[in-house]
Amino acid sequence: MDITIHTSFLPHDDPDASLAFYRDVLGFEVRSDVGTGTMRWITVGPVGQPGTSILLAPPAADPGITEEERRTITQMMAKGTYGWILLATRDLDGTFEKLQAGDAEVVQEPTRQPYGIRDCAFRDPAGNLVRIQEVG
Amino acid sequence: MCHPGWHRARIAAQHLNDLARLRRVRDRIDREYRQPLDVEALARDVGMPAGQLSREFRLAYGRSLYAYLTVRRIAHATALLRLGGLDAAEAWSAVGCASPGIFAARFAELTGGPPAAPRRRATATATATATAKGTAKGTATGTLPSQPKPPGGPVRNREAPASEPHLA
Repeated sequence: MDITIHTSFLPHDDPDASLAFYRDVLGFEVRSDVGTGTMRWITVGPVGQPGTSILLAPPAADPGITEEERRTITQMMAKGTYGWILLATRDLDGTFEKLQAGDAEVVQEPTRQPYGIRDCAFRDPAGNLVRIQEVG
Repeated sequence: MCHPGWHRARIAAQHLNDLARLRRVRDRIDREYRQPLDVEALARDVGMPAGQLSREFRLAYGRSLYAYLTVRRIAHATALLRLGGLDAAEAWSAVGCASPGIFAARFAELTGGPPAAPRRRATATATATATAKGTAKGTATGTLPSQPKPPGGPVRNREAPASEPHLA
């Protein structure tokens, strides 16, 4: 078997705000952008790594999701308990400074964790937790 | 004329906005868990009266600000005991607990044993497994490994000034 992890998903509640964060602050390239209004599906990913993408998608677009479930999802996004992703970089301090300078919502400064890794964390505009760890 | 649907939408939007402010408070508690809880400062930071913050935080996250901070501190202390090679006194001091007695009581209540227990129980293999799982879990939720179970009852804020009863 030859399987790669190709696309992961994060919800947005304001496609333009999420696009600005991932493109302008994180420096990702935009690979596709379909739909209109709040119903937009935007594929972004790191430059030079075409095989790995994040799909920024409207939450609860599935017609099988009830109104109550939709409300719960949007509330969980707002309170910061719904979406999250783990990224990695060789230059944690430089990345942290760049994101902080880009007005990203800081959750945690670069910190050595008791379980070994060194990481920092931000919120994207939709409330998703973006945790970035240092790799050698 | 104001359509009832618009009114509902406006209330829903305001609620989401309030939840986002609570998220910033929670993130700040996570970041500054070693500091004493200062509800007034947290509330000022997000432009919300302290009483409203205490009420809404409890509604949104299912526990009071102080109970949440305590759970965080115990989780960090547990990680330090298991993985950081610290003893109980060093662990409680590192997570900002002012009193070893209070820390031991809360630790036992939340984890079901005394502060030294996790490391005693851990064999080399178990520690390695916990490390691997802890990393996955920690990265998943932004928490540290070995998340203690939620407190059974209300947690009193012993850091709050007695003159401000709403702080707990």
